[in-house]
Amino acid sequence: MKRLRNFLMSFVLLVIGFPAQAIITGELIMLRSAKQYDVAMENLQSAIKKQGYTITGIRQVDEGLAKSGYKSDKYRIVFFEKAGEVANLKKNYPEISPYLPLKIVIFAEANETLLVTSDPAVYIDLFPDPRLQELFRRWHQEVTGIMQNVRDSK
Amino acid sequence: MHARHARYAAFFLLMFSAFTCMADKGEQLYVDNCAICHGHQGQGGVGIPLGLEAFLAQTPDEYIRRTIRVGRPGRIMPSFYRLSNQDIDAIITHIRSWRDIRAPAWNASPIKADAVKGKVLFDAHCVSCHGKDARGGKGTGLMFSRPRDLPISPPSLNNQGFLNSVSDVMLKTIITHGRQQTPMPAASQFGLSEGDVNNLVSYIRSFQKTMMTGEQIIEEPAVIMYTSAYSFDKTLENIKRAVDNNKFKLIDFSTEDKGTAANNTTEAKVYFCNYDLINDALAIDPRIGMFLPCQITVVNYNGVVQAMSINPKRLSQLFNNDELDEACQVMHDTYSKILKEATQ
Repeated sequence: MKRLRNFLMSFVLLVIGFPAQAIITGELIMLRSAKQYDVAMENLQSAIKKQGYTITGIRQVDEGLAKSGYKSDKYRIVFFEKAGEVANLKKNYPEISPYLPLKIVIFAEANETLLVTSDPAVYIDLFPDPRLQELFRRWHQEVTGIMQNVRDSK
Repeated sequence: MHARHARYAAFFLLMFSAFTCMADKGEQLYVDNCAICHGHQGQGGVGIPLGLEAFLAQTPDEYIRRTIRVGRPGRIMPSFYRLSNQDIDAIITHIRSWRDIRAPAWNASPIKADAVKGKVLFDAHCVSCHGKDARGGKGTGLMFSRPRDLPISPPSLNNQGFLNSVSDVMLKTIITHGRQQTPMPAASQFGLSEGDVNNLVSYIRSFQKTMMTGEQIIEEPAVIMYTSAYSFDKTLENIKRAVDNNKFKLIDFSTEDKGTAANNTTEAKVYFCNYDLINDALAIDPRIGMFLPCQITVVNYNGVVQAMSINPKRLSQLFNNDELDEACQVMHDTYSKILKEATQ
């Protein structure tokens, strides 16, 4: 009976101890969507808007490659920012400009789709001004939210 | 008696629940950490196809455990040092659930043979796929660097993560029997004896060094920045010319940013590309879109004109890919050359 009690206790601890997993590997945030490219792209754009961001551009890398004679699956880069936020930031920190707006790379891999972006938390090291830390943490939360939203899209 | 039966029933129920939870946990951990590169069912992609029957049949759990723990330094596969031993075991349970194939036992016995003879054999039979000094095939990724019918890029056998994960016996098994569903042939196809295989194992093992933890990363600045000796407009014109001089194609010019950034700040961005380079870079790592498109930002900040770009060497540190590091060094030098030409 004691053994059973111990086992039960271990089991309960095991269940309680399950950590919540993010989809962050190292300093990149990556996601594989089981959906085909077109659906995943639609989900991504919708998730970006849902987080309050505006899509400022989409680069069609695959089309550029095709024009140069290379074969490629769909490969796009989606740029996004919050209205006014980036302009305000550049006012005091022009050196951040080459890293903005935020972007997510989305490309087809057979019948699935991969999405990749750098974790905005990386900017804490890149631009260590203490006044920027809170912003980068919020971006981290929001970009992670976008990727999780794409992952959970029906 | 009834009480005892009830206890057994409760015990088995709990065992079953625990196993189910372990499997669910493993699946979630796999989806969150592994599926991104290896595919939801281990079909492979950026990463190797873990679901291959031959892989599961020849790979002891300890090899997978160590691989997850140490990764493959410089070959994209990161070290998942944040995962607990229980997490890793749950992932392995999930991977094993795909097929009814029993994991081979872990055997750490070293094989002692002649590495010098092994090198001769390696250069004769293995180097065409695994590369000089067993450094492995180039690139990764399903769509850019290898044909769709080729399930795997030849692995880097001299990688310290691999050597710290694989046992001599596992190496010997793979060389002896080959790996079905991949281009890896069996030793018998080359007429190699068991002694030859042992020599090959010794040669591959000779690349192993003591693995360093906490590899030192050289701190790179976030941006490459030059202060221009010219006016804002003249600097912009210079950049467009320098881009062209360095065999890039100008693809866009963000005039809409000009004068709108903020008080006392004027900004413009010049976007450019070289699709030959992009195609080569995508073969090295399909995630390089993070560096695209090439762009240079020109800022007039309180009367000082500066031109700047991202530092590809800094960004490359996020990717754990030595080949990409080399390409980023080239791109760093190119950016520097363009910026220097335009500003000095």
